[in-house]
Amino acid sequence: MTARVAVLLFPGSNCEQDVLHAFGCLGVRAEYVWHHATDLGGFDAVVLPGGFSYGDSLRTGAIAAFSPVMGAVRAFAAEGGPVLGICNGFQILCEAGLLPGALRWNAGLKFICRPVDLRVETAATPFTRGAEVGQVLRIPINHFQGNYYGPPELLAELIATDRVAFRYCDNPNGSEGAIAGVISAGRNVLGMMPHPERAVDPSVGGTDGAVILTSLLDSLVAPAGPGSARQ
Amino acid sequence: MSVEEETLDPALHRQLGLTDSEYQRIVSILGRDPNRAELAMYSVMWSEHCSYKSSRIYLRTLPTEGRHVLLGPGEGAGIVEAGGMAVALRIESHNHPSYIEPVQGAQTGVGGIVRDILSMGARPIALLDPLRFGPLPVEGRGDPAVAERNRFLVDGVVSGISAYGNCIGVPTVGGEVAFDPCYSGNPLVNVMCVGVAPMDRIKLARAHGPGNVVLLLGSRTGRDGIGGVSVLASSVFEAGSETKRPSVQVGDPFMEKLLIEACLELIERGVVVGIQDLGGAGICCATSESAANAGTGMRIDLDRVPKREPGMEPFELLTSESQERMLIVVTPEDAEEALATCRRWGLEAAAIGEVTDTGRLEVYHRGVLAADVPAASLGDGPVYDRPARKVSRADPPAGLGLEAPDDLASAVLALVGDPTLCSKRWVWEQYDHQVMLGTVAGPGHDAAVLRLPGSTTRIAVTADGNGRWCAADPYLGTCHAVAEAARNLSAVGAEPIGITNCMNFGSPERPEVMGDFAESIRGMSHACLALGTPVTGGNVSFYNEHAGASIDPTPIIGMVGIVAEAGPPALGFQTAGDLVALLGTTRPDLAGSEYLRMTTGRPGRESGLPALDLDFEAALGRVARSAIGRRLLTSAHDCSSGGLAAALAEACLDAGVGATVEPERGPDGPMAAHVWLFAETAGRILVSLAASDLPALGAVAAAEGVPLTVLGVAGGDALAVGETLSLPVGELRRAYEDTLPQAMKL
Repeated sequence: MTARVAVLLFPGSNCEQDVLHAFGCLGVRAEYVWHHATDLGGFDAVVLPGGFSYGDSLRTGAIAAFSPVMGAVRAFAAEGGPVLGICNGFQILCEAGLLPGALRWNAGLKFICRPVDLRVETAATPFTRGAEVGQVLRIPINHFQGNYYGPPELLAELIATDRVAFRYCDNPNGSEGAIAGVISAGRNVLGMMPHPERAVDPSVGGTDGAVILTSLLDSLVAPAGPGSARQ
Repeated sequence: MSVEEETLDPALHRQLGLTDSEYQRIVSILGRDPNRAELAMYSVMWSEHCSYKSSRIYLRTLPTEGRHVLLGPGEGAGIVEAGGMAVALRIESHNHPSYIEPVQGAQTGVGGIVRDILSMGARPIALLDPLRFGPLPVEGRGDPAVAERNRFLVDGVVSGISAYGNCIGVPTVGGEVAFDPCYSGNPLVNVMCVGVAPMDRIKLARAHGPGNVVLLLGSRTGRDGIGGVSVLASSVFEAGSETKRPSVQVGDPFMEKLLIEACLELIERGVVVGIQDLGGAGICCATSESAANAGTGMRIDLDRVPKREPGMEPFELLTSESQERMLIVVTPEDAEEALATCRRWGLEAAAIGEVTDTGRLEVYHRGVLAADVPAASLGDGPVYDRPARKVSRADPPAGLGLEAPDDLASAVLALVGDPTLCSKRWVWEQYDHQVMLGTVAGPGHDAAVLRLPGSTTRIAVTADGNGRWCAADPYLGTCHAVAEAARNLSAVGAEPIGITNCMNFGSPERPEVMGDFAESIRGMSHACLALGTPVTGGNVSFYNEHAGASIDPTPIIGMVGIVAEAGPPALGFQTAGDLVALLGTTRPDLAGSEYLRMTTGRPGRESGLPALDLDFEAALGRVARSAIGRRLLTSAHDCSSGGLAAALAEACLDAGVGATVEPERGPDGPMAAHVWLFAETAGRILVSLAASDLPALGAVAAAEGVPLTVLGVAGGDALAVGETLSLPVGELRRAYEDTLPQAMKL
């Protein structure tokens, strides 16, 4: 089977071509889906790429969260379909209520573009099943608002339910609990600030990000465990 | 319909920056007195910024032809061929706006150059930002209030570039940041953009085909930046220049991103007859230039221009510099498809007029002919041969700096940590330098290496300049700038193929400034011919002065090259046991050195500079490229500002691998360690290689007559120079990395 991966295109997205390139390196031709689309039927996975949707007006992701396509994403996720939000995609998923918490301005009040070390906190997701808990991945971050926040009870719940996907080894932005990525209660929606697509092609940034995209592609072929399978 | 006539204040043209004789020239072109709108149009189009009236006679002398040049000066950007693709390049300054309002000044600087590249039909793929500021508040140097203002400017300019470039998804892959007191009242914010297009997709600013429709895309037109080119860019700053803030425009990178995508889609759909960006002089410039270039005319209806506010007068609508706008000419049959494409991108677009065969620019407003001028006359402004006086400079006293410092280790650490020479990580980590996944080598390298989208071709890009050396000798200093740019490309294995340039100078009304300018252009011509890098275009920024003093003449050379299949090597030492070697020879050249500046505080014009042998530079480049092509080198690093001290330190810091080296031998025995470390002799590249590759490298170098000296061995956790110096890599790293974060801490 050839996996069909949708890469959503909002006005102001700017990492969509990079996500396409990264999947291409892994032998999959991902397809763009315009923000006006209302149906994601036929797709096996959905990626919300990084960028500056709507120029970050109001708050990052705040306007894109109301795009027509987000209704389709909601339905897709409700059926257990895997959804990956990278950077601005993570911010949109939080604004849309598909993931808990919020992303604030970096603690240093500067934009940061830098490779960081990430610790894999759970392998029980379709995006990390190929990794080991405790494995350290070197993947770039590229954001001004990546400082993850949730109230104490949310953070406690995330830990209790094994929903922290990644933590920074050296917290670059002030995130609560150094959280770099979280997974939904259904374990099929992942939001992460680092850019795995920037660490797939060895000639421009290492290959540590490939484990995340490869895990996702593998999960589409052989769903494993409860919650990660699409009905 | 006859044109609306007005009786104007007889001194109005002077307020708009036109001389009496320029006014008379307008009257003779029109055969009558101009009205307000027409006068405003000529004042912006004939401003120094738009017309190049003081520099044109010099720019004509530059070499512009070469094997790879597809399109030379005179268009929105120059174009060179690389691997069967068209590569567009251009650099521009946004100095004065950035001093008045650093965030918006820098943002709109980025936006403007990106639209220049877009106007060629090319997708922008990289930005580089050569910046110059006055000194930062470090170690209590200088006037604290001025230093604090400089820090504010650095913070604002960097965050402006970051905000704009990151949002539009174009990586910022390189640039320079240097500090000198001469820039305190007049920082330099130069922005270079590189774009790429299939060869058959190149577009020009040509309004062909009478009857074709003229579309205005993007932002609405407002009262911002009225006359920016004449008020800001073409006059000297005086006290209270903050009152010019309304002449600075405000950037909207989100709109720019939509504009990029919509324009590229329109070009791909094949509906674009001609395309031009709107920058300085706004609608007036874009319409008149594209009509004049095609030998046509244009009829424009200002009532159809989407506006930000009601009640705007024709002169405001015509000269407004509202950002994020493009002009596109389409056939009437394609107009609806073009408008629909814009709507899909959420971009406002309006048909504001049509192409005519009259050769005139006719502008209507509320049913009245508000302006009627020959389109070509706006771009065909006066050309001046201004008085120029060549100023000779005295060489610094012989033997200056030859006395050894009390503590060599402290001197090296101070040099490595100097704001001009230290790590610029604090700057470039605020820039997205990775988006588009083409950045093979990014900021911090001698040159950025980029893989062209959808291609295996790789290009290298760099931007270099040395105002201090040009102050010491504008001719030789400019030759050095070209040579250093070429050396930077050779060090990543790239063959230089062309340049663009940004000439930052003082007032052209001063004979000594014009003398420096003429010398600098002469140097650029000479070096570009010698190194095979023709000039594809550029920008001249005059009037860079503050409180009656001109900045150091600062030509910036943006150079592009093609990277061979192998390369780039690492910047620094990777493997313990590798040999450390120097291509080229160090001479006791402390003249013009950063060391001399730091220890004596001498201004550039009293510091001298090293000699330069351009034939040797060409040979050195061939050796480096050949060695990299044959995979003989583990690392290569240009040796320039800060001399071997800076080059060795950076090579050690790259991978945390130290080195033990010995100074070269001069004619009278080993050179004094500090002279050897701090001399800034041109024509040197520091390399490391496996010992087994030494004979092969020696043969390559010998064939070109380039000396090769083994300096020592890589390895260990210190940089050791003979018995005189041993600096732990960790200490070097602190000195190198901590300066800017500490200086910029709020």
